[in-house]
Amino acid sequence: MLNTNGVPTLNQVLSRFPDKKALIHPKAILECYEDIPCNPCETSCPFNAIIIGENINTQPKLDVSLCTGCGICVTSCPGLAIIVAQLVGDKAVFKIPYELLPLPKKGDIWHGVNRNGDVICDAKIESILANKKQDHTALITVSVPSLWIHEFVTIREKNE
Amino acid sequence: MISKDLIIIGGGPSGLCAAKTALESGLSVLIIERNPNIGGQLVKQTHKFFGSKEQYAKTRGFDIAKKLISDLEGFSNLEILAETSVVGLYRDRVVTVLHQDKYLRYQAKSIIVATGASEKFLAFENNDLPGIYGAGAIQTLMNNFGVLPGSDVVMIGSGNIGLIVSYQLIQAGVNVKAILEAAPKIGGYKVHASKVARLGVPILTSTTVKKAFGDTELKAIEIVSLDEKWQQIPDTSRKMEIDTLCISVGLSPMHQLLSMIGAKTKYVSELGGFVPVIDENHQTTVQSVFVCGDAVGIEEASSAMMEGYLTGIYISIHLNTAHPKADDLIKYYKEQLNMLRNGPFGIKTKIGLNKLKEGMQDA
Repeated sequence: MLNTNGVPTLNQVLSRFPDKKALIHPKAILECYEDIPCNPCETSCPFNAIIIGENINTQPKLDVSLCTGCGICVTSCPGLAIIVAQLVGDKAVFKIPYELLPLPKKGDIWHGVNRNGDVICDAKIESILANKKQDHTALITVSVPSLWIHEFVTIREKNE
Repeated sequence: MISKDLIIIGGGPSGLCAAKTALESGLSVLIIERNPNIGGQLVKQTHKFFGSKEQYAKTRGFDIAKKLISDLEGFSNLEILAETSVVGLYRDRVVTVLHQDKYLRYQAKSIIVATGASEKFLAFENNDLPGIYGAGAIQTLMNNFGVLPGSDVVMIGSGNIGLIVSYQLIQAGVNVKAILEAAPKIGGYKVHASKVARLGVPILTSTTVKKAFGDTELKAIEIVSLDEKWQQIPDTSRKMEIDTLCISVGLSPMHQLLSMIGAKTKYVSELGGFVPVIDENHQTTVQSVFVCGDAVGIEEASSAMMEGYLTGIYISIHLNTAHPKADDLIKYYKEQLNMLRNGPFGIKTKIGLNKLKEGMQDA
């Protein structure tokens, strides 16, 4: 439970996913389940796809049709609560925020990790983006088997 | 005796923002800061901040400090005394300080006490063993001086500071074995909790530390589960081997300087303990002595900054040199504060501030 161990329930997670048809294209998954005073996701989105409104304590809503899955919100969210998800054949491709060192390298196979911190699968590192605008939050593109679309959330180095 | 229009005690976010609006009003300002650097707790904050762009959201704390400091550049009537402790404050607004082994006396037309907060501590057996730190000390060691506090850590407290410092410890390569929370629910923002949960850190609610073990330094702790009445549940205690225990169980407003001059205080639990009673312009019950930031109620730095800007403007009006945009800015910053306090976390502050208002009516 989110309130007792920081792990959202599957139903909470599912409430933030668009249907599988929409996931043919990359879409932002906004995992902000609490009314906190914060709106950089909304102001950073170049496509006005994230709506919070005047009261910045409101949880963000995604306009799925406007979202291009660019990932700018992923590294703008101070809570690291946004990922981008896409279904490509039998793979689920994600863009995730990552703030630990060392950064993975393209082509590496790391652990895929769920919201509880458990290793669930292998994760292939597709690309790493770390520019000045992201201010030390790297954007990692990673692919995992598509069955983990609703479980995968981050990566962990294998030799740990 | 050196004279100033305004002396600000404390160079944290609130004090720096108050200095900005006071300087823009043409006042001469002295900032007195106990630490070698101004910026307060912001200089240790490596995470991106919440809020909206008015509060520098998605900017890392230490970069916000740089921004607030650079906002003060170019004002010739600003003086900053760092590594300086206030040793006396008097009702006629005389401030005596210790600066580089010299005792100096100042007098100001107006004073702002922006002393921030101090950490609460926890009573348990052997809580004085080396290896047991407050979260602020851990941040100072890691983020100011680049020193690792230990290798295996347990965090006590799941408020935002406990969660954020746990994340920073992991970033520094430290093994965070668990976060303990005595309450049945996580205290801080859930996004911070989820951040550490997915890194594999267990958050144990209804659990606290019972005792620490070690002869000359911390070797282990005993933890225990609590029932809904906060009583220890028998046979639930277990031992954890760690070399570092980090305590983050809340903050208390630093009202002591104001108590020295007899400013009225009131106990308001929602604001973190004893806080000075203030009027709607942040003036205490002592004429021309003002207070802002965590010293008048524990909140986020975002609110402390907005309060600071406001208090600087209130003082400009109080000293008959009103800020050129006083009316517009007061309206604007009040709106910002109201917005920040408009969610479930802000309700507590709002209740506390109302209780404080009642305190003024009794004064």
